Amino acid sequence: MSNTTHSELHHAAHDDHHHDESEKVIFGFWIYIMSDCLLFATLFAVYAVLSNGFYAGGVDPKSLIDLNFVLGETALLLFSSFTFGMAMLYAYQKNEFAMKAWLIVTFLLGAGFLVMELYEFYHFSHEGATPFSNGYWSAFYALVGTHGMHVFWGMIWMIAMFVHFARDGITESNLIRLSCLSLFWHFLDIIWICVFSFVYLFGVYS
Amino acid sequence: MAVNTVVENPDPIFGKLSLEVIPYHDPVVLPVMIMVILGGIFMTGLITYKGWWGYLWNEWLTSVDHKKIGIMYIIVAIVMLLRGFADAFLMRSHQALATSFDTGYLPPEHYDQIFTAHGVIMIFFVITPIVAGLFNLITPLQIGARDVAFPFLNSLSFWFFMAGVVLINASLFIGEFASMGWLAYVPLSGIEYSPGVGVDYWIWSLQISGIGTTLTAVNFIATIIKLRAPGMGLWKMPVFTWTALVANALALVIFPILTVTIFLLTFDRYFGTHFFTNELGGNQMMYVNLIWAWGHPEVYFLILPIFGVISEVVATFSKKRIFGYKTLIWAILAIAVLSFLVWLHHFFTMGSGAAVNSFFGVMTMVIAIPTGVKLFNWIFTMYKGRVEMNAAMWWVIAMLVTFTVGGMTGVMLSIPSNDFVLHNSMFLVAHFHNVLIGGAFYGFMAGLFYWFPKFTGFKLNEAMGKMSCALWFVGFFLAWVPMYLAGFDGMTRRLNYVDNPEWAIYLYIAFAGVLVIAAGLGLIVLNIAWSMLKRNDPAYKDVDGDPWDAPTLEWMTDSPPQFYNFAVTPHIHDLEELRYRKKNGMAFKKPAKYSRIHMPKNTWAGVVIGVFSMAFGFAMVWHLWWLAIIGFVGMVGSFVMYNFERNKDYYVEIDEVEAVESEWLARKKV
Repeated sequence: MSNTTHSELHHAAHDDHHHDESEKVIFGFWIYIMSDCLLFATLFAVYAVLSNGFYAGGVDPKSLIDLNFVLGETALLLFSSFTFGMAMLYAYQKNEFAMKAWLIVTFLLGAGFLVMELYEFYHFSHEGATPFSNGYWSAFYALVGTHGMHVFWGMIWMIAMFVHFARDGITESNLIRLSCLSLFWHFLDIIWICVFSFVYLFGVYS
Repeated sequence: MAVNTVVENPDPIFGKLSLEVIPYHDPVVLPVMIMVILGGIFMTGLITYKGWWGYLWNEWLTSVDHKKIGIMYIIVAIVMLLRGFADAFLMRSHQALATSFDTGYLPPEHYDQIFTAHGVIMIFFVITPIVAGLFNLITPLQIGARDVAFPFLNSLSFWFFMAGVVLINASLFIGEFASMGWLAYVPLSGIEYSPGVGVDYWIWSLQISGIGTTLTAVNFIATIIKLRAPGMGLWKMPVFTWTALVANALALVIFPILTVTIFLLTFDRYFGTHFFTNELGGNQMMYVNLIWAWGHPEVYFLILPIFGVISEVVATFSKKRIFGYKTLIWAILAIAVLSFLVWLHHFFTMGSGAAVNSFFGVMTMVIAIPTGVKLFNWIFTMYKGRVEMNAAMWWVIAMLVTFTVGGMTGVMLSIPSNDFVLHNSMFLVAHFHNVLIGGAFYGFMAGLFYWFPKFTGFKLNEAMGKMSCALWFVGFFLAWVPMYLAGFDGMTRRLNYVDNPEWAIYLYIAFAGVLVIAAGLGLIVLNIAWSMLKRNDPAYKDVDGDPWDAPTLEWMTDSPPQFYNFAVTPHIHDLEELRYRKKNGMAFKKPAKYSRIHMPKNTWAGVVIGVFSMAFGFAMVWHLWWLAIIGFVGMVGSFVMYNFERNKDYYVEIDEVEAVESEWLARKKV
């Protein structure tokens, strides 16, 4: 894939400089993702500390978490990573229509994930597990909510990408933007796998 | 009389704001407030009268030029240094008075705000911008780049930092600042014990400027990895660039921890969550661990670039290659790794047990080894060199001596059993002032004297430079040796009133020391002003851009450097590229041909987003929800708007490059 990317980008570029530009921006975005990764690492650490048996009389997560529901959420998000990959492939082929179609599917899957997550939050709060109930639930909402906020911003970014594509089509700078968004989106998937394992699976089975 | 900012039911329009939160009845604050207002009116009037607004906007505020952003960082840092020093002066004079005579002149709540503000300002708004300013000024030039990797992001970082600066200064005149110490330990910083807006000022000024630092880290890592001139492998990078890379890698990893920690404290205070509360499963030790997991590597983020500065200055003025370049770099890398394994030594007394304390004690001692390696690197660089004892080298020598003393007392503190006696005492306070002033500040001064001509075109006065160094050196030990002794005698830190008459003598001597330091600081400011007046005098003027016969690439440009830095990207042969070129007769040659240069355009976006973030922070402090929404939407909206802009760059045509270059080369008499 990376070979295609480079030759394509190089072809579109007018001189050497633009070739460096794409490499530089994507590298910089990787660096940013590293720092975002540490942000989540801190939240996981906070969750690990506060979930350490101190429910302080609040609702036990075991009685609330519905693993099948969360599995549905997970499936939506994982599948959206696949659809984004498809969009990316079509972007490299300059097939604007197919790219947009796959992006729309990605957007809808992301939206579905968010709606399910919000419903879960609503349901939990209704059962007496709010962010203000105790330390455990504060940490739960902080971690899962931060991930959700990231997904939300990713979707806003997708909307911005549609405007970019509508205005300029698949240009070199739009491809760079889409590549960064794609990195961001896959990154959120990996984080979610950790959330699913540590928060939900351990929450139920430990 | 204190200002009361505890408001039960904030107004929907004015939030917690009212006229009562302006401390106009405070005899200490009022004169400062009047001076700042008059000064502000005068400056605004002067700029308007002279018609400088356009120049200011076009050439500075919207600039994405790393050199100008660097200069702005340094100017703000020096201004904030004066404010931080004023706080120090108040504290020392108050304690000297409050010992056996009276209760001093600062009421407890004001005194508490002063020591908190002093710490926050010195760390976040003096040393941090000094370091960020040095990254900006030096790194791109040393690696032969035209600018940083992401020039707009660089401007944005600066303006986020400025938002923090404005917020922390606003707290002096509108409401109050935090009074719980610079790291805001819970539960004291929780809403229950600090219901006023002081902690909120702390939260938002650090949060916003901290995000700026994270962006800086991303930017400079990408710059150093991706924009080095061809031929410059990692092992041909100048030491300062190495330290910039490592320090930014540290910042990248730790600043997210600070961001999260502050956010969690914010949630606790604003919404009533239970991360750090006393009840319902909150965990206060978690706060202390998190803040130091950030805080300890943070001090290495601040000191590593200064080690880089010392290395450059020593190598230049000893007319020798830096001794043991590779060991020096490995020492830097070792310190970076070890800095993550020592955070617990900040709270040995909080009951982690002997095994944990021993581990962190040993790790802390181990970190002294690579630091010692560096000291020998510098000493052996001077050994048998033709050392030019100018003002910059005076500061280097002052740093080597003072920093070593500070390092030694640090090793004393690293022994947990010692720490049980010395923790929270003036001994500890003396220790970290010893490394921060003696290390970070002296090192910065060495760098200031060294690089000043590069960015202004004129040198600083040598005699005044040496004099100010001598005053600082003497004043520092006069001020802090008594504090070490008082700490040994059991004097704890942050005392508003000292009732032990035996400590009075220490406090008097310390105050005398502060007076000497004040003279030294005044002389530095005077030196800058004096040299500026004399800038066209041949003794001061840097005619051709290489006044010190220096070894590294930044001196291969004009002073101040051409806005595009290098007309032709240099190919690198050696660690000391310029020295290599001079030796081989390759330096300052007119290249065979010029080509046009691709440059980023200035942009409004950084400063505008910064102003919106400032409004957002201020609104969050005072619960002005409508303004907070405007600020937030403004930030995001401006960012998106900038993103949709076209034509963010332009080309400098060959004629222009040729004109600029030949004028400079003519001056160099090539």
